Amino acid sequence: MSANSIYKPQNAFMQWMERRLPIAGLVYSSFVVYPTPRNLNYWWTFGGILTFMLGVQIITGIVLAMHYTPHVDLAFNSVESIMRDVNYGWLLRYLHSNGASFFFVAVYAHIIRGMYYGSYKEPREVLWILGVILFLLMVMTGFMGYVLPWGQMSFWAATVITNLFSAIPGVGDPIVTWLWGGYAVGNPTLNRFYSLHYLLPFVIVGVVVLHVWALHMVGQNNPTGVEPKTEKDSVAFTPYATVKDAFFIGVFCLFYAYFIFYIPNFLGHPDNYIPANPGQTPTHIVPEWYYLPFYAILRAIPSKLLGVVALGASIVLLAFLPWLDTSRVRSAKYRPLYRQFLIVFFLVVIGLGYLGSQPPEGGYVIAARFLTAYYFVFLLIILPLLGLFETTKPLPNSILESVLGEGVRAGASAPPASGAKV
Amino acid sequence: MTTISAAEPSRRDFLYVATAAVGAVGAAAVLAPLIGQMNPDASTIAAGAPVEIDLAPLAAGQIVKVFWRSKPIFIFHRTKDDIAKAQAVDWHSLPDPAPDSARVKDGHEQWLVVIGICTHLGCIPLPHQGNYDGWFCPCHGSQYDSAGRIRQGPAPANLPLPPYQFVSDSKIRIGETAPGNA
Repeated sequence: MSANSIYKPQNAFMQWMERRLPIAGLVYSSFVVYPTPRNLNYWWTFGGILTFMLGVQIITGIVLAMHYTPHVDLAFNSVESIMRDVNYGWLLRYLHSNGASFFFVAVYAHIIRGMYYGSYKEPREVLWILGVILFLLMVMTGFMGYVLPWGQMSFWAATVITNLFSAIPGVGDPIVTWLWGGYAVGNPTLNRFYSLHYLLPFVIVGVVVLHVWALHMVGQNNPTGVEPKTEKDSVAFTPYATVKDAFFIGVFCLFYAYFIFYIPNFLGHPDNYIPANPGQTPTHIVPEWYYLPFYAILRAIPSKLLGVVALGASIVLLAFLPWLDTSRVRSAKYRPLYRQFLIVFFLVVIGLGYLGSQPPEGGYVIAARFLTAYYFVFLLIILPLLGLFETTKPLPNSILESVLGEGVRAGASAPPASGAKV
Repeated sequence: MTTISAAEPSRRDFLYVATAAVGAVGAAAVLAPLIGQMNPDASTIAAGAPVEIDLAPLAAGQIVKVFWRSKPIFIFHRTKDDIAKAQAVDWHSLPDPAPDSARVKDGHEQWLVVIGICTHLGCIPLPHQGNYDGWFCPCHGSQYDSAGRIRQGPAPANLPLPPYQFVSDSKIRIGETAPGNA
């Protein structure tokens, strides 16, 4: 960082403040002059999009909570009244329900980016693990939110998912009763899910702060996976990254708005407009689309306990990626074999998502078993071995060289590495 | 803090240990109610009292669903054919081995009373479906026979039997067992 990376306020009040609470200086050094690799592509904008979506979900969620009633007899109708009676209630609810989907779109893109460019590798292991924790928190929050409208899918999703814990030998049933607060999913369950659905987003905010903190300790990865070496390899976060992020948030919002205004129920399930009926299971239970790959893994295994273990392992194993992947080259750009296996892995996850939406019978189950096998073989066998046997392509000497080609003199047309003076 | 192990414990050591011990007991004492409040409350337990069901209106072959403790209970009036098939199965080779006689009460073989919750992940199986004259679970494809035993699919166990007893030939009480009847 150059000399003007230190925040020196001219304004007397800001000088007074800076000696007492240096928050403006923190923002300045973290989000204005913070050096960001100059070769970042649009895959790097999803972090900003995720922060934006978290804000959208919290704001719309707090407003929805003003109109929602967490009681088994009133919840469904209170959601209907939000849709029909509350001013702009339909908009707020569609923003929130589609917001969850788009939050997951962004997080999956963010994870794909991290896996493709090896963003989990040394020294970013803790950053990556915090990300996996954030993903788990999102999964829990999204699940509990889906229960709140108390439709058929809400009720049976709650039943199926809480019953996963009954697979634990010995203490499974008491744990499930404890989670329910009754002998089945009922009013106590709805109440506590509401409480936790309100709490967890703020836990996510807290972990996001840690995630960003860890990111700022180690710096951003970039498409080459080569660390910035000189000032010429980086540009200032503001305006370069902020403007790029803001532009792509706008593009992302176009898709988001299309869903809200034209096909708001496309990603939902019609059965959730039927009030919860504890006496009848819908003929075909499916979770929200963003859980389908994991649901397919659960159903692919013909044993209850092992199915639940595989479901848990499919997410938890991701936290161990920094050690499962033995290659020292980060970016898939320079790892031809890894790149192919990884793209197959992504296709397999999409395939599992499709199979998770289909009935659990015949060819679907068999196909899901093959794809589940690849999921784990990739993580547990292919990844560790590739690092030992793969011949990687030569890495560029620097980020600057990868952008401008070899033999470029240092100093040629590089934007300044830090922001303008304040 | 560096202490020499040979030295006598000081007043300060005593205070550390005592403070930590009191703190641990206090934390545990607060944790117990915080965890315990999530278990079923008094009204939920009270509402789980035994229920009496009159079996007289059930025709042979009919399956009805009643509720006890918010759980669906299937009462299956089995036909002679159903009983014969359930008894003829080589039950030792089933995933959760149980003879038909262990699934019903002696002398009441036509009545099968089971908790209608799939032992896989808690869906309610559909009656008269599947390949075994019993139930088929629409969620993950488990199939149960006319004795409520798991025959196929991911469910690990047979449909559980609720505690119940016959108060007369055509009436049962679900939620209690006959005295002296295990």
